[in-house]
Amino acid sequence: MKKRLAVWKFASCDGCQLSLLACEDEFLALAEAVDIAYFLEASSRIKNGPYDLSLVEGSITTAHDLQRIQEVRRVSKKLMTIGACATSGGIQALRDFADIKEFTSAVYARPEYIETLATSTPISAHVSVDYELRGCPVNKRQLLQVVSALINDLPPHVASHPVCVECKLRGNVCVTVAQGTPCLGPITHAGCGALCPSFARGCYGCFGPADSHNVEALTRLLADQLSELEITRIFSTFNSGAPAFREQHDKLVRLRVLGKQGS
Amino acid sequence: MTRTIKVDFLTRVEGEGALIIRFKGKQPSSVELKIYEPPRFFEAFLRGRCAFEAPDITARICGICPIAYQMSACHAIEDALGVRVSPEIRALRRLLYAGEWVGSHALHVFMLHAPDFLGMNDALEVAKIHPEVVKAGLLVKKVGNLLVTALGGREIHPVNIKVGGFYRAPTVAEIGALAPEIEQALLALEGQLDWLAALPFGPFEREYEFVSLRHESEYPFCEGRIVSSGGVDVAIAEYESVFEEYQVPHSTALHSRIRERGAYLCGPLSRFNLNFDRLRPRAEAAARRLGLTPPVKNPYKSILARTVELVQVLDEALELVDRYRPPEPASAPCELCAGSGHGATEAPRGTLYHRFDIDENGAILTAKIVPPTSQNQASIEADLFAMATSLAELPPPEARRSAEHAVRNYDPCISCSTHFLDLRMEQEA
Repeated sequence: MKKRLAVWKFASCDGCQLSLLACEDEFLALAEAVDIAYFLEASSRIKNGPYDLSLVEGSITTAHDLQRIQEVRRVSKKLMTIGACATSGGIQALRDFADIKEFTSAVYARPEYIETLATSTPISAHVSVDYELRGCPVNKRQLLQVVSALINDLPPHVASHPVCVECKLRGNVCVTVAQGTPCLGPITHAGCGALCPSFARGCYGCFGPADSHNVEALTRLLADQLSELEITRIFSTFNSGAPAFREQHDKLVRLRVLGKQGS
Repeated sequence: MTRTIKVDFLTRVEGEGALIIRFKGKQPSSVELKIYEPPRFFEAFLRGRCAFEAPDITARICGICPIAYQMSACHAIEDALGVRVSPEIRALRRLLYAGEWVGSHALHVFMLHAPDFLGMNDALEVAKIHPEVVKAGLLVKKVGNLLVTALGGREIHPVNIKVGGFYRAPTVAEIGALAPEIEQALLALEGQLDWLAALPFGPFEREYEFVSLRHESEYPFCEGRIVSSGGVDVAIAEYESVFEEYQVPHSTALHSRIRERGAYLCGPLSRFNLNFDRLRPRAEAAARRLGLTPPVKNPYKSILARTVELVQVLDEALELVDRYRPPEPASAPCELCAGSGHGATEAPRGTLYHRFDIDENGAILTAKIVPPTSQNQASIEADLFAMATSLAELPPPEARRSAEHAVRNYDPCISCSTHFLDLRMEQEA
């Protein structure tokens, strides 16, 4: 019998699940190989669980979603997060640094109509996760690779080295060494294929921290090119909930506050 | 007679929501398209960010149309900083935007909307009966993605776009390689025009106020004036003097209306009706073959307007590829300074407006973003109100299917504020 695949959405832009539909050459074959049992963005055909593999996009930002993710876990044999929101809270985790009441009032004339949590948290903060695929958005080749591995009970094969290695593999000239461009490549998880440096731009960390990294050393290097405020911003974008980036962000904020008090 | 029809999910849209139609006796009394996509507070956390970060951050509002967000943000910030881009950069932006339209429109026409006309659940079911149609659709969609990837690095949240232009201009060889692919997509698409024209369209029509950008010579993506079939004709900077946002209790997406007048429609039908004279000959020929002449007031025919637009932008992309000269420099020099700027471009699903106020250090003070789906919410509700009586006569599964079809006419991207839709028809006492 075909394995059953489900795709779930929480707070997100839909881009990661759209990556499945962006596999134009493989989508029909994928639908032959697995039973796409629950994928609301693509189909009105809804089959009840349990599901062999659930792909989860988005972060947890409402009380209702706190319950829903428990239900998703219950009906899923394996659960894999896809992308930065589900894996580290996403861009909407910037609320974690702010007062949610003030945020709600800034956007909505009638904040009392809005129900939301003060934080945006990754799926792993609430249920056990079998695999986390990074990226904002995920790389569709990696997505296909990991889905086919998990469906076939094989270990996924995703490199965990930093983007720097991908630059070398691609034959890119280092943008930091050659142009002095600030780049998060040394500490960012691989997976994009070193896209930004290939476009003469420094990596902005959309795959989150690599498994092994030295954030402190890179911060000192960035300080040659950027102000403290700019470095603080760099660590608070699409993966600001990832511990390595969050800790560095918070540390820099503390230092800035101390610096202002001292001056 | 009390009647409640309950449907659990709205599918084949991007986002999360529900639909409630209330009746008094046999007459519908209200329609609520409830959008409960969790709010993500972009306008709040953009404050304090550097203006140069806005294109990458606002792209994350929508994975289906990130370039629309990047382009509206770039235009607004360039407006605030007094930056003008070269004709070569503008041409490359059009090519990039064409790629997004092709990917988004092909996805909606062939994979999300066409199944409705056949009473099917998805493109996989369509592929069993009409494999050549779905394959053609996928081929067109793929070429849209190829274009965006060649110019931007990846199809979703491309990395090569910045305020002022591009980080790196693609080489002539990289762009030239796209020509045969685009030509192949055009031919594949034109091969499906008769199939699309033969889809069953009911007689439903409504009087809409159509709103879109209008440019002096081009079919609109970027720039131009904001015009409407009701006489609006203003510069983009005047947007907020004509249109206002308002909040309703049942939606996390703000609604939008023309001041003192009410609901309006943006998107493919509006662009087609207001800019028919700006179509390229090949797109006009496609419109003729599809039997489409303005004004089109049947919202179901938006699928045909999208198809005409697919021909339009693929044909324009061919010309842009043919004439391509790498912009030198790849981006206009930009200096951060205090200012306010406005930007509006045509996302695949309608006009997308941005305004930014920036301080002297280049930090964003206020951000205002009006996405197309929130502008169309009132029209979606009005369509459903107009068809509510006939929906009530249908058995529940068909009522749900018909209501979803009517919502999907708008290609709603509800993640800019939605995912499942729960259709309820309630009888008031």
